[in-house]
Amino acid sequence: MNNFATKLTVAVMALVSLSFGASADTLSDVKSKGFLQCGVNTSLGGFASPNDKGEWTGFEVDYCRAVAAAIFGDGSKVKFTPLSSKDRLPALQSGEIDVLFRSATVTLGRDTQGFDFPTVYYYDGQGFMVNRKRLPEVTSAKQLSGATVCLLAGSTTELNAADFFKASGMEYNPVVFDKLEEVKAAYDSGRCDVYTTDQTGLYAARLALSSPADNLVLPEIISKEPIGAAVRQGDPQWADIIRWTHYALLTAEEFGITQANVDELKNGDNPEIKRILGQEANTKLGTDLGLGNDWVVNIIRAVGNYGEVFDKNIGNGSPLKIARGINAPWNKGGLQYAMPIR
Amino acid sequence: MTDTNISFVRQEMLQGQTPPLGERGIVRWVRINLLATPIDAVLTILALLALAWFLPPLINWLFIQASWVGPDRSVCATVAQGGLQPDGWSGACWAFVNAKFSQFMYGPYPIDQLWRVNLVGIMFVALLVPLLMPKAPYKIPNAIVFFFVFPIIAFFLLVGGWFGLPYVETSVWGGLLVTLVISFVGISVSLPLGIALALGRRSKMPVIKMLCVIFIEMVRGIPLVTVLFMASYMLPLFLPPGVSFDKFLRALIGVALFASAYMAEVVRGGLQAIPKGQYEGADSLGLGYWQKTGLIILPQALKLVIPGIVNTFIGLFKDTSLVSIISMFDLLGTVRQHFNDPNWASPQTPISGLVFAGFIFWIFCFGMSRYSIFMENRLDTGHKR
Repeated sequence: MNNFATKLTVAVMALVSLSFGASADTLSDVKSKGFLQCGVNTSLGGFASPNDKGEWTGFEVDYCRAVAAAIFGDGSKVKFTPLSSKDRLPALQSGEIDVLFRSATVTLGRDTQGFDFPTVYYYDGQGFMVNRKRLPEVTSAKQLSGATVCLLAGSTTELNAADFFKASGMEYNPVVFDKLEEVKAAYDSGRCDVYTTDQTGLYAARLALSSPADNLVLPEIISKEPIGAAVRQGDPQWADIIRWTHYALLTAEEFGITQANVDELKNGDNPEIKRILGQEANTKLGTDLGLGNDWVVNIIRAVGNYGEVFDKNIGNGSPLKIARGINAPWNKGGLQYAMPIR
Repeated sequence: MTDTNISFVRQEMLQGQTPPLGERGIVRWVRINLLATPIDAVLTILALLALAWFLPPLINWLFIQASWVGPDRSVCATVAQGGLQPDGWSGACWAFVNAKFSQFMYGPYPIDQLWRVNLVGIMFVALLVPLLMPKAPYKIPNAIVFFFVFPIIAFFLLVGGWFGLPYVETSVWGGLLVTLVISFVGISVSLPLGIALALGRRSKMPVIKMLCVIFIEMVRGIPLVTVLFMASYMLPLFLPPGVSFDKFLRALIGVALFASAYMAEVVRGGLQAIPKGQYEGADSLGLGYWQKTGLIILPQALKLVIPGIVNTFIGLFKDTSLVSIISMFDLLGTVRQHFNDPNWASPQTPISGLVFAGFIFWIFCFGMSRYSIFMENRLDTGHKR
C-alpha cells in the first residue's frame, strides 16, 4: 500500500516535473545557492543522526560533506534535509534536495522512475535477528515457518521478506510499522519473533535491546542491498561529481592518503599520488569535472578517506563496531573498487 | 426566697465539645469519602492495592534507579549491553535528556544565537501573564501589543537577517520552539478566522455562505497529514521554478487554516445555542448586524463554547507533532530523532525521552485546561437560578 502510494506520487511528480521541475544543471544551481542541500535519514545510528549539539554526524552525513568539499573546498557548506523512507524520492524529484544519501537500495525499478544512482557507497544485505530465549531452536532462517516478522513500511525490506518466505514455501505474519523505533520496541517486547532489516540495521538495533547478547543475527542474507546515492535523471555532470567523490574517497584509502597526511603527501614526490591530488602540471582532471583541481585534497581534508569515514562512524571507532566485510577495498577481499583517477 | 443552689441543677452553660472522633478531621473525611458504603470500601481497597502495585516500581524507575548525569550511553546500559550499570538494572535515562536538553528546547538553532529565542520567550510570558489575569490593567493595549506588535518583533528576532542579526533559516528551528511557534500562530489565527467562518456560514448572503461552507467542509474532509504533505512536496512542483516560499511558513498556513475550520464549527455550535429571542431582542432595540453580533450574540455564544474552543486549542497543540512528516522537528520529533544517536542508544533511552516529551506536553495542555475552567467559572453569570 505504502509502496503503491510512493510510486503513484513519484509518477505524478515525474510527469509534472517534465514541464516545471528543477533545472537540469544542478552544479551551477548548487554553486549559485552557495551550499549543497543533502537528503539524509531522519535518524539512523552511525549513518545520520544529530549529536548533542545538533550537528549532523554519520557515514552518510560525511558523504554529503565530501561532496560539498569537492564543490566548495569547504565541507561545512551543506544543509541537511532529514527524510523518511517514504518522502526521500519525492523530495529529490521536487528539487527540494540536490542529492540523496539516505540508505536507498539501488534497484532497476527506482532507476527507471526518473532517478540515477551514480554510485554504491555501501554494500548491505537483508538479514534476520531472533531472540535466543524465545526461539532457542532456531539457528537458520529456513526454520522461521509461521513466525511473526517485524518490518518497516515502504522499504525494499518488506518485498524481500515476502519473496523469501514465498520462495521457501513458508507462512509468515508481517507486522508493519512506520517508525524505526516502533519496530525495535515491538521486537524487544516480544510482539514479533523476528526482526528483519539490512544487517547493518540489525547490529545497530541490537545496541538498544534489553539484552543484546540474547539476540542472534541469523547467517542467511536474503537480498543484495547496494546502498547508493541518488540524483535526478538527466544531469550527467552532477552524477559524475557524486560518482567520483566516492571514487576519490576509495582511492585515498587505497593509496594511504589520510586526513592527517594529505597536505604532506600533496607536496611529496609519488607521481601517482600527486596526480590524484591534482598536483600534476597542467592537469585538467578536476576542472573537466566542473570542480577545482584540488578537489580530492579538499574532500580528504574535510572527512578523511573511505576507511576513516567508515571506522569513525560505524566501524571499530564507533559504538556500532560493524566489520568492514564486503565493504573492504577490492585488494583486501571486499567489493569497494574505485576507477582510476587519471 | 428561692434557693437556686440546688445540687442537681447546673449553674452554667456547658462548653461546646468537639465532635466525636468518627465525625471530625481526617477520620470523618476518610469515612465519608472512602468508606461510605461497603462498595465504596471495596473500591477504595482495590484502588489502594493498585497504587501499591504500580507506584513503587514507577517511583523506583523514575527517580531512585534513574541515571541523572553522564557522558554517553554507558550510564544507561547494563554491563551486558556494553554499559556500566549492573545486570538487571532498569531506570530512567535522564542523562540522555540532560545532555540533549538544549536540542529538545531549540533544535539545531545556532547556539550563539539562542539569546534571541530566550528573549522572545521572556517577552511572550511577560505579555501573556497580565493578559490572562482578570485584574491586571490595560487589557486592550496589552492585547494589541501581544497579538500585533509582538509577532512582528518575534519574527525579526527569530528569523534575523536585519539590524545586524545573522539570518537563521527555519530549517534549523526545532524542538519546543517549533511546537510553540506553530501553536501560537495556529491559535491566534484560528480563533478570529473561525469566528468569521462561523458567522459566514450562518450568513443570509448566498455567496459568502457557500464559500464558507465549501472551505469548512473541504478542510475538515482532508487529514492534516495530507495538507502538510501537499504543501511541502507537491506545491513546489506547481510553482514556477525559482519561486518558493519557506516550508515552515507553508506548514504554519496549513495548520492555521486547518484549525480555523474546526474552530468555525465549534463557534457555530455556540451561535446555534443562543435562543431566537436574543436575536429578536437585539433587532427590536434597533441594533444593526455588527452591533447585534458583537454586543449580544458573540459574547454569549463564545462563553458557551469555551470548553469546545480550548478543546480545539489543545488538539492543535498536540497536532503540531505531525509536522515531523514533512521533515520539520517539533518537540516530539526532535526527541525521537535523538533516540538513534549511537552515543546514547540503549533500551532506556526511547522511553525516557518519550516520558520527558509527554511531561512537557502535559504541562502546557493541563495549563490551558485549568485556565479554561477558571474562565468558565468567572463568566458563568447568565443562567444561574
